Amino acid sequence: MEPLEIAENIKEKFPEEVLDIREFRGQVSVTLKKDRILEICRYLHDSPDLFFDYLVDVCGVDHLGRKEKRFEVVYHIYSLKHRHLIRLKAEVPEEDAAINSVTSVWKGANWHEREAFDLYGITFRGHPDPRRILMPEDWEGHPLRKDYPVKGPEKEWSGFQDVLDRAKRFHEFEWHEPGE
Amino acid sequence: MNGTSQVSKDMENQGPAERTFETKDLTISMGPQHPATHGVLRLVLDLDGETVKRCTPYVGYLHRGIEKLGENRTYLAALPLTDRLDYISSMNNNVGYVNAVEKLFGIEAPERAQFIRTMVAEMGRISSHIIWLGTHVLDIGATTPFLYAFRERERIMDLFEVLCGARLTVSYPRIGGVRNDISQEFLDELYDFVLDFPSKMDDYETLVTENRIWKDRTVGIGVISAEEAINWGLTGGTLRGSGVDYDVRKYAPYDAYSKVEFDVPVGSNGDCYDRYVVRMQEMRQANRIIRQCIEKLPTGPVMADAPKFTLPSKEMILKDMEHLIHQFVLITKGPAVPAGEVYMGSEVPKGELGFYFVSDGTGRPYRMRVRAPSFVHASVLPRLCEGGLVADVIANIGTIDIVLGECDR
Repeated sequence: MEPLEIAENIKEKFPEEVLDIREFRGQVSVTLKKDRILEICRYLHDSPDLFFDYLVDVCGVDHLGRKEKRFEVVYHIYSLKHRHLIRLKAEVPEEDAAINSVTSVWKGANWHEREAFDLYGITFRGHPDPRRILMPEDWEGHPLRKDYPVKGPEKEWSGFQDVLDRAKRFHEFEWHEPGE
Repeated sequence: MNGTSQVSKDMENQGPAERTFETKDLTISMGPQHPATHGVLRLVLDLDGETVKRCTPYVGYLHRGIEKLGENRTYLAALPLTDRLDYISSMNNNVGYVNAVEKLFGIEAPERAQFIRTMVAEMGRISSHIIWLGTHVLDIGATTPFLYAFRERERIMDLFEVLCGARLTVSYPRIGGVRNDISQEFLDELYDFVLDFPSKMDDYETLVTENRIWKDRTVGIGVISAEEAINWGLTGGTLRGSGVDYDVRKYAPYDAYSKVEFDVPVGSNGDCYDRYVVRMQEMRQANRIIRQCIEKLPTGPVMADAPKFTLPSKEMILKDMEHLIHQFVLITKGPAVPAGEVYMGSEVPKGELGFYFVSDGTGRPYRMRVRAPSFVHASVLPRLCEGGLVADVIANIGTIDIVLGECDR
């Protein structure tokens, strides 16, 4: 199916949810409200004509100062059977930076969503393992946000001293040869 | 010996209820500095004897913020960052990146450049698969193929050095083409390699493919069905081992892949052995593609004629004021990119490497997203390892072929 037809199909099925359809370089993005994203994804995955069985990618985008709703969660989905790709964009406001997780539809969404939480601070409701993934667990802030500086302050990460202390403690441990 | 017989005698005297031993689960941390984890991957394993009950991967030790860095550089200056993703096949990352950027810019590389890129990308594929082969079989206990494999890899590295002066972080492709044309000397040398390589492949296969120990360690290990593999988002050889013929080079051809002939090998059982067979066949196919590229290589320029997007040649800059200005603007401000967004996937040795750009009309990407295959493949490790033995964890790490530089970005 042509990407624009798919977009029209989504719009027909979920008329209140679709905010915008845009084409650029032959690729179509469908901007959606965030509330029924799980339902829409389930429909796209299960419907035999669309059959989006392969979730390529989930990522966040920060539109600080550019758009009314600050964040966007972008899904790239592909159908191996019909060989078509579509991009879904769910708008997420800063005050309520949370969206339903799609891990129940595609298991591959698990780590992508953890990463979006880690780097943008968007919470995924119903996620089976909502932890940070790339940054240390006690990290403050979300590095890919546009108001997060590229170069940080000179001070070291707060957990670093703890690691050094522990290394020192292990170093002091005396090893005994067996039978000594 | 005496002690054991005493125990067994005691056990015989006891009723069945008392015979059970008190056991307790053992939690061990494998990595991040473990030779079989292929980089800084840490797995926390909950073990019941030899059986893995739970496996939790921890990644992020190599996180350098490549996406954030890319958003603060011009499109031209972000190219060397992609070398540092999957550092053993940097050529493929470069090719994927320049193709995605060209799609965003709406330009196309000349035919000769497309063939050269296809050729060097397949060289990168062979060198990456060779490392995979060497380390994977080394982990499982075969030392010899590792030494042989590095001999062939060295030839490819030398060829890269002839081509662009660098061995690992090549940055050879450019937006709109390639950096420099290739020499006849390079082509001759490469053709020798292409003729020679199938016999080397036979060497490896003689050592490994029908080896009984190898088969005992890989057949039926880490099985994943086709539907499940797709649902997890696996790509590349890891997916094709399960019998799905998804290959970006066939499904959405870029560069010269639509102009060369090659097959996409697929497995059937989705176990470690099938994934091994698929990657071995892929190396032969890559060799076939390189050969066709050399034979069909067209003549012509290697850079697109698009002064607003591609850097002019040095001679033109020295001759002409206009080109000097173009170069100055491109380096300092970046090209004038239309606002919009583009996703483009490319087939790197590990799987589908995707770049997603959001452009706001300036010379820097507003958002640069890297869809890394190793990241997805590492996430499937608990699925493959849980319920298996500790020794099979090693086989599973080898078979999904991950590089942590790409996983952590």
